[in-house]
Amino acid sequence: MSRMNLTRRGVIKTGAIAGAGLAMPTYLSAQTESGFTNAPAGDSVTLGFNVPQSGPYADEGADELRAFELAVEHLNGEGDGGMLSTFSSKVLDGTGILGKKVTFVTGDTQTKSDAARASAQSMIQKDGAIMISGGSSSGVAVAVQSLCQEAGIIYMNGLTHSNDTTGKDKKANGFRHFFNAYMSAAALAPVLKQLYGEDRAAYHLTADYTWGWTQQESIQASTEALGWTTVNNVLTPLAATDFSSYITPVLNSGADVLVLNHYGGNMVNSLTNAVQFGLRDKQVNGKNFEIVVPLYSELMAKGAGANIKGIVGSQNWDWKVENVMGDKYVGSNAFVQSFGNKYGFPPSQAAHTCYAQTLLYADAVTRAGSFNPCAVVEALEDFEFDGLGNGPTLYRGADHQCFKDVLVVKGAENPENEFNLVEIVEVTPTEQVTYDAEHPMFAGGALGSCNPGA
Amino acid sequence: MFGLDKKDTTLLLIVFVLTMCAPFLLNPFPGNSAMAQFNAGYPDLMQRFVIYGIFAIGFNILFGLTGYLSFGHAAFLGVGSYSAVWMFKLLSMNVLPAVILSVIIAGLFALVIGFISLRRSGIYFSILTLAFAQMSFALAYSVLTPITNGETGLQLSLNDPRILGESVSASGGIPFPSLFGLDMRATHVMELGPWMFQFSAGYYFCAVLMLLAFYLAIRIFRSPFGLMLRAVKSNQQRMNYTGLNVRPYTLAAFVISGMYAGLAGGLLAAMDPLAGAERMQWTASGEVVLMTILGGAGTLIGPVLGAGFIKYFENIFSKINDTVLHQWFAFMPDGIEDLLVTVIHPFVGKGWHLTLGLMFMAVVIFLPGGLVQGGQKIGNLFRRKPAADHTTSAAKTPAE
Repeated sequence: MSRMNLTRRGVIKTGAIAGAGLAMPTYLSAQTESGFTNAPAGDSVTLGFNVPQSGPYADEGADELRAFELAVEHLNGEGDGGMLSTFSSKVLDGTGILGKKVTFVTGDTQTKSDAARASAQSMIQKDGAIMISGGSSSGVAVAVQSLCQEAGIIYMNGLTHSNDTTGKDKKANGFRHFFNAYMSAAALAPVLKQLYGEDRAAYHLTADYTWGWTQQESIQASTEALGWTTVNNVLTPLAATDFSSYITPVLNSGADVLVLNHYGGNMVNSLTNAVQFGLRDKQVNGKNFEIVVPLYSELMAKGAGANIKGIVGSQNWDWKVENVMGDKYVGSNAFVQSFGNKYGFPPSQAAHTCYAQTLLYADAVTRAGSFNPCAVVEALEDFEFDGLGNGPTLYRGADHQCFKDVLVVKGAENPENEFNLVEIVEVTPTEQVTYDAEHPMFAGGALGSCNPGA
Repeated sequence: MFGLDKKDTTLLLIVFVLTMCAPFLLNPFPGNSAMAQFNAGYPDLMQRFVIYGIFAIGFNILFGLTGYLSFGHAAFLGVGSYSAVWMFKLLSMNVLPAVILSVIIAGLFALVIGFISLRRSGIYFSILTLAFAQMSFALAYSVLTPITNGETGLQLSLNDPRILGESVSASGGIPFPSLFGLDMRATHVMELGPWMFQFSAGYYFCAVLMLLAFYLAIRIFRSPFGLMLRAVKSNQQRMNYTGLNVRPYTLAAFVISGMYAGLAGGLLAAMDPLAGAERMQWTASGEVVLMTILGGAGTLIGPVLGAGFIKYFENIFSKINDTVLHQWFAFMPDGIEDLLVTVIHPFVGKGWHLTLGLMFMAVVIFLPGGLVQGGQKIGNLFRRKPAADHTTSAAKTPAE
């Protein structure tokens, strides 16, 4: 340092300014007015919809946003009311929530935890959002859920399938309507047994992150319970686009089933590679070689094209469910109709879960008579409802996970049009996919207590 | 004052006033007006402004002075964040040890990477740093999951030990980061008519550190050490011929700049205790390069401006959706309203990257010295005598 000439006056000045700077924050203190963060003032209430608008899950994000807009319309008494008329709880009357008109803000999660949290923060701190919903990746959902817990507002999970969201990373202020990897596995196992027998050797390709791991673990556990063996589990990088080098070893491994624990673009690519390598035409151990994709959606089926034909997987909901499986799934048609009228095509399962979550939140606030997160948590815990398209459903209080029937689906052999790429094979009843809240795959976390914030 | 000449003191004071009054300056529009969308004066974004400001100041010490373009600076940001979160998990929720550890760890990390990468210069150096950063990212994303929690990101939990603090707060939740009891989330809200100004403790903590970082950067720029670094930039070969070994100087600059990035990473974690692997990805490294060039590489204030500019776009423009646009143009006839919304639509919301890209191109083409050069040009319009002798030599160096 060239000019280090200390003078008495200089030192005092510097000290005074530094001292003032350091003392400044002590004037500031947390403010308590309403008892909870972002208590809605005036005649409107703001919800925050934080969905991926760019990145690998942008398609799902766009569909979620459509569903949110529709839900807000219905809550405010516009449109045809959708599932409000079939919902078993009748407190919502189309006058907003507790008489306040519902408005919303949107944000882009970019499918990155950091960006998602920044976007959620701005909704909370700047726009005064009282509830945040959305997300199309388990990593993002877990990150935003913990932010909402800290900030003291409610987080209604959108599409997130990892066991961790309501397992080791569960939070008191977070709720998930979507099903999870364990449920997928439990629902698939009997169907796999029926279709492919009890003596099979499975080879897993797994996306290398939390969702992939929990799904692989779940599928392995439930198929081994059937009597299957697991030959190998290979982790593939999330950013991979060409899976041919992972497929070749499968051919010589002695396995006769390939399980693809991939989602979105990953699954489209790996399935295409597997089919191109002729896996489906092969005979191993005297049996036809089979491919299983535990979780997939109509959007992914569209991407995979003809390769999806006959592939077995599971879904949370499908737009055809009420037509195919009957009145138990009432609400589905009402939702499909109002979504179709507005946008011209049927909704995806991501859209359905986001729509249902928004209604469930609005309903819980109305039943509780308050926007206070702790009152909402109390209203949602162990809440039993029907008429949202999944049949009778329970929001379990112990882990804030919904328990409902799971659909087992198969890629259609001869689809009539691009909306019928997936056909429903079977519906696995709730009892069969229910697990104990202390199940080892979900252990290691704690809800903690609800946080109303400031 | 502070061992600075008059000009630098003025600059420091201006930055001091700007950061201290940021809650007012960034909230110019009343909350109930349509323009409130452009307000940026909420704690989270203000914190990001100053934290990324620190990151860019540090990057500029390396890039602006020595001309070495590191394409892997995000690795230090990520390492800083992970260190800080681990400190919160193991030691206590006090932010000071967390921030100090993150600076130290990032410094050590920079020492190792710098020692290897600085054997080459130019494009080879950039590629080496990029390779190291991508390696760190890949490690954090999957292999080192026990330490980094992979894709989900490292988070606090209720059963962390926190030996000097409490595992669970009195209210049953995870305790918040604090500075000797002062909660980093504490916010004082001042309502003046339709305006709402938020003064957050966390922001002021970051702002004070940013001022210190800025002051240190000025001292480095004006020191013989800084002069040596500039000499490296202008002609490294000549330096070698005169018998000087420049590597210790460049390595020192690299480590200092890595420590700045570590400080920024630690602060990010202190304001929001989560560290995700994508903080280390190459896009994050590229972002700080953009910030520095956009603001003006080699200038003191430039990187801070660039950081603010990019973060503003990311957080404000990305949230303007069609509903908001329709509100703005609601007073116009329907046809024109829809037309305007259609025209603007690609540039806001998810299209904020496009707007930022266009801005970046405009700046690089018309103002190679960055926003600082733009400011000087405007300043010159209002000045009587030629401004040549007023601008420092550093400020005139174009970005490269």
